[in-house]
Amino acid sequence: MRGHAGWAPAWRKAEPAPQYDVVIIGGGGGGLSTAYYLAKNHNVGRIAVLEKGWLGNGSIGRNTTIIRSNYGLPGNIPFYELSMKLWEGLEQDINYNAMVSQRGVFNIYHSDAQRDAFARRGNAMRLHGVDAELLDREQLRREIPYLDYDNARFPVQGALVQRRGGTVRHDAVAWGYARAADRRGVDIIENCEVTGIIQENGAVTGVETTRGRIGAGKIGIAVAGSSSLLANMAGFRLPIESHALQAFVTEGLKPLIDNVITFGAGHFYISQSDKGGLVFGGDIDGYNSYAARGNLPTVEDVCEGGVALVPMIGRARLLRSWGGIMDMTMDGSPIIDFAPVKNLFLNAGWCYGGFKAVPAMGHCFAHLIAREAPHEVAAAYRLDRFAEGKLIDEKGVGAQPNLH
Amino acid sequence: MSGFRTATGGLIDRAKPVNFRFDGKNYQGYAGDTLASALLANGVKIVGRSFKYHRPRGILSAGSEEPNALVELRTGAHREPNTRATMAEIYNGLEASSQNRFPSLKFDALAVNDLFSPFFAAGFYYKTFMWPAKFWEKFYEPMIRRAAGLGRNAGLPDPDSYEKTTEFCDVLVIGAGADGMRAAREAAASGVRVVLCDENAPLAPVDLPDRVKFLPRTTVFAVYDGGTYAALERLTDHLPVSSAPRQRLTKIIAGRCILATGALERPMVFGHNDKPGVMLAGAVATYITRYGVAPGRNVVLFLNNDDAAGLIPVVVSAGLAISSVVDSREKSSDLVYQLAREAGAPVFAGAVITRALGCQSVKGAEIRLHGGTTLRLPCDLVATSGGFNPNIALTSHFDGKPVWDDALYTFVPGKLPPGMEVVGKAAGQGININIKPCWHVGAYPGKSFVDFQNDVTLKDIKLAHQEGFSSVEHVKRYTTLGMATDQGKTANVNALAILTEVTGKPIPETGTTRFRPPYTPVALGALAGPHKGKHFKPTRLAPTHEFSQAQGAVFVETGLWLRAQYYPRPGEDWLAAAQREVNTVRNHVGICDVTTLGKIDIQGPDAAKFLECVYTNSWTNLAVGRVRYGLMLREDGFVMDDGTTARLGEQHFVMTTTTANAAKVMQHLEFCSQVLWPELDVSFISVTDQWAQIAVAGPDSRATLAKLVDAPFDISNEAFPYMGCAELTVCGGTAARLFRISFSGELAYEIAVPARYGNALAEKLMEAGAEFGIVPYGTEALGIMRIEKGHAAGPELNGQTTAHDLGLHKLLSKKKDFIGRALAARPALTEASRPTLVGLKPVDGLTVLRAGSHLLPLGAEAVAANDQGHIASAARSPSLGPIALALLANGPARIGEQIRVYDPVRNGDTLAEIVNPVHYDPSGSRLHA
Amino acid sequence: MRIPCPHCGPRGVEEFLYTQDAEVTRPKDGGAAPTKEWTDYVYMRDNLKGPRKEYWYHSTGCHAWLVVTRDVSTHEILKVELP
Repeated sequence: MRGHAGWAPAWRKAEPAPQYDVVIIGGGGGGLSTAYYLAKNHNVGRIAVLEKGWLGNGSIGRNTTIIRSNYGLPGNIPFYELSMKLWEGLEQDINYNAMVSQRGVFNIYHSDAQRDAFARRGNAMRLHGVDAELLDREQLRREIPYLDYDNARFPVQGALVQRRGGTVRHDAVAWGYARAADRRGVDIIENCEVTGIIQENGAVTGVETTRGRIGAGKIGIAVAGSSSLLANMAGFRLPIESHALQAFVTEGLKPLIDNVITFGAGHFYISQSDKGGLVFGGDIDGYNSYAARGNLPTVEDVCEGGVALVPMIGRARLLRSWGGIMDMTMDGSPIIDFAPVKNLFLNAGWCYGGFKAVPAMGHCFAHLIAREAPHEVAAAYRLDRFAEGKLIDEKGVGAQPNLH
Repeated sequence: MSGFRTATGGLIDRAKPVNFRFDGKNYQGYAGDTLASALLANGVKIVGRSFKYHRPRGILSAGSEEPNALVELRTGAHREPNTRATMAEIYNGLEASSQNRFPSLKFDALAVNDLFSPFFAAGFYYKTFMWPAKFWEKFYEPMIRRAAGLGRNAGLPDPDSYEKTTEFCDVLVIGAGADGMRAAREAAASGVRVVLCDENAPLAPVDLPDRVKFLPRTTVFAVYDGGTYAALERLTDHLPVSSAPRQRLTKIIAGRCILATGALERPMVFGHNDKPGVMLAGAVATYITRYGVAPGRNVVLFLNNDDAAGLIPVVVSAGLAISSVVDSREKSSDLVYQLAREAGAPVFAGAVITRALGCQSVKGAEIRLHGGTTLRLPCDLVATSGGFNPNIALTSHFDGKPVWDDALYTFVPGKLPPGMEVVGKAAGQGININIKPCWHVGAYPGKSFVDFQNDVTLKDIKLAHQEGFSSVEHVKRYTTLGMATDQGKTANVNALAILTEVTGKPIPETGTTRFRPPYTPVALGALAGPHKGKHFKPTRLAPTHEFSQAQGAVFVETGLWLRAQYYPRPGEDWLAAAQREVNTVRNHVGICDVTTLGKIDIQGPDAAKFLECVYTNSWTNLAVGRVRYGLMLREDGFVMDDGTTARLGEQHFVMTTTTANAAKVMQHLEFCSQVLWPELDVSFISVTDQWAQIAVAGPDSRATLAKLVDAPFDISNEAFPYMGCAELTVCGGTAARLFRISFSGELAYEIAVPARYGNALAEKLMEAGAEFGIVPYGTEALGIMRIEKGHAAGPELNGQTTAHDLGLHKLLSKKKDFIGRALAARPALTEASRPTLVGLKPVDGLTVLRAGSHLLPLGAEAVAANDQGHIASAARSPSLGPIALALLANGPARIGEQIRVYDPVRNGDTLAEIVNPVHYDPSGSRLHA
Repeated sequence: MRIPCPHCGPRGVEEFLYTQDAEVTRPKDGGAAPTKEWTDYVYMRDNLKGPRKEYWYHSTGCHAWLVVTRDVSTHEILKVELP
């Protein structure tokens, strides 16, 4: 009880070495978890994570903290379920309280057709051994009485529920993985931006950075919204557009919303953080952006959806809004694959749903880099699936990133 | 002076007393008072308890930067937590309560947290509450959640209404202090339109030229692209509760913007600096001059700059005693010495207040003099000023960051959003005169607060650094500094400066936290505006809506439309009604409004060529007077939409789309015409709303329509066969279009008249068909019949299916380019193992099949590896029993086999037989009757 | 964000829909086979910073398709033309 005076700094401020066996570009959720699992599960030698700014300043620190594995397509479900299982064991694994709170994710449906589409997804989940329940109106009303059941423009008919879904404290995830990776010898190098990828004879050999040249046996790219910029450095393109996504939090309130709830008749989802703020968001703004901010019409749309679904939040006050850069793919699903250049590996295309995938993306990307073979649950996340037509398109909207 | 109200002075209206209640007690103030000024006038010092440690808190400031005095305002569904007492104008009947205390403000049980505070230091969540793991969710987390947050949401739908509007101007001036007024007048004098916003109530009369639109009580809270500024106007928050709109969201589109928001004072950091009775020096002056309230009787002033010295004559003329001026600067300034002398107060130069003394509120100040000796002075008010920070949050809403000014010891504007300039104190002019920084008074065993609302202390910042967090972003997240409802307005700069002392790095390297919208918190209801409840989205009514209502229809939402779902007779549920409607159509005749399906009128010399580009099949060879089914792909080769297109003339077609895709298809056609094939001479327009279109279906449909069509039109089977179309008149001269197409599979037509005749046409049809027992039918019956006929609709056209999947690959022309042609040919889109359209019926003939069920081979384990497809649509046919349309791997090759229908989320598990998807009249003979 | 529509004047971004990159061109070979040129056209993008040409549709206005040159790092609109 000495006021924490005895706790050590969370990770070493490592100086870059001239050469590593594996360099991971990107110190966000993907990069840090990959480095951790590389160090823990594989014998690859010296590992560095290069982060262009301060650790945790990208999407890992700005997301709406939701975890779930309630996807519908066979290319997705096993992957996200692996992630759920890793979340469930994470705190014991990395010895850092990420505040995993499995409070249930409720997808509200508003029509017979939507109910049946959700049933299709719920049944797919059950076939993969993932928990899914379909509630009708009365069952839902008993659990979540404060939705607008009586005066809604689109009637609330029920919900698809994943009880094991919920939220996690996102900052803790970054710091927890960073500390755990650091303890296993990974060099975490902050304020080190990659400015070029060095190639010799068709293979990558290192990177140029703002802190000098660093040699690498293998390089993994895990930079989310900046994926195309890194791909460009290595001379190839991606099926990705980088889009603006806004997220929001209200002033702190006493407990009000105990679950994660998504609106089925508009783009809106909400949960409440342990600090009391209602954390919510909606659709992407809809246009390419590297500015990490959005515009007013989206704010209005999101709040309209919120007040339509949960009328009592009309009096809650928006405290802060912020934006991020989402790497939206042409089918809405991610890419964990070899890049078209030897010894270069790609972890990208997480759209707006990367946070829940952080443990599994690290686990699978580490597997790919170390074994040079895809992990079985990520085997469908290939870069060539687009040209081949083996798309993993949950929404069924096709090759327009801003519709996913 | 009586009580704490000054005898004279202030801008409140002493002729208008106002009665209000706080924590159940009655008080009186004056019109113009805020809740804060009125409480201070009544001698109320404690207005809340802090978030973590539950320490008693008073009022620190006089503005929207207030971190402590947060109350629950109003009651019932109007109750609003976390409201700044400094901004809440009182009105007769106002009710307010303090927050975060139990059982009462005076005796708060959780104040015990203060004693255990070493344990609750920054970051405590992360290191504790872990083992045993299952205790986190069951025990620890609910405990933390209950302790979190400050105020309680009412938990009831927000009863207030909110407005939205847009203002256009050449110049937006933000802030109506001296700097802003000057800027507004200058801009107006140059002849341009000016809007002037100020977040405060206009207590003093304002003299501005007509060209200036003055919006008081209006906070500009965000800057967006394109010169768009978001502002919130408080319309009736200062008035008793009524049905008038409460607030207005105003979007201001401005050619340019002048930021004249002044500067915010920052407090000094010393022991127990959160005690009620410690206030910002400028706030004390404001309470005296604006509200006629003296927040205390005996003040000690603690400063490091000349600006705050202006308080001295103000307190003297209000009749307060000033027991000393504590100046942290080694040599105080001439101005301070002079003013203090005139007030009869000693100046302690090179001295600091080490801590505030008193139990629940200030009773004295402990001062460490320059030589090191300690002095205790009695007082009931400590006025502090650590300097001023330009109020420039809005300048960093884009990618600009405030810049540290070494001379002013504060941040001044950096890169500005396009079109913005900053003037006056907000630009750093005339502030921090002769300032010498005093970021904190040194370690002291007793808390020194940096962020009051989140209870973040000097020690917490040092701890964060020790943990390895040296960037201000990290410190902020780890300690939660700056993340409370005041967004750190009185904390951020102090924290940054303290951090630089600890890290040894200069401020520019340590960083600066950027502000994000909103400048002050904004009610979600105001952002949502009037589109709530039933007005969340518009409701589109079919042109036969009144007819259907009169017929007793039950309606269902179909996108934005309301469509008649079924027409129940007494005693019928939806199934009985729908099945009766189906039977009547198949045996006699029925009518159904199909207006909602998209209709696009396409004309021009290249109209047919244009159709060739967007549809997979051929169109130039379609004869005039004929209709054809059309399949439309996306460029990635997957099915986008389908419909029928009728050729009314050589250069005239009418295309239909599904209801759901009408707008998307229109957008797509525009893209094809304007971007991809601009050389084609074709025009088109949506006519969905212009034509009422009614399906007339059943063996007696021809006989029914024959009564309505005008001579010389010949509706016989020979003259007007299946898939014909024509323009004609009906009912004695009304323009109409007739299409012999059938979704139901019966002899059927669709008749279109100008939309305003929709109800009338429906009535005429009912009259004409009365002898045949005609009925109206709704979307349920429509759905049963199309499933009986194996027609793909929304659930099959789900964006994941291809022409091959739906058995429509023969429609893919091999001779011409069309949208999607190339990518549709990819093997992955054509292989037979893909889920392909089949029909299903239950083996026992009775078990209801449900859409969303998955399909497994007989005897196979119910795991994903054995998943072979799903049921897309299902119906309970009155003649065939339960049927379904499914997408099944290799489906058509398996007709005759059995399959397991697995629906665990609805406890379904049954066997079905795989059949031809055209369950009813597979030869189609009824269509040609 | 406001987009200056050549027909309607400057209008709020909420009236428009962005769909895709205007720097790619639909192949002119008739589409008989799914070549790399076709799959690149549909799927692969530069997605770099700075000024880009984009297709925007004035969906709740005049229905014009516009080629908008916009800096995706700052959102500044540099030019708007008809296709």
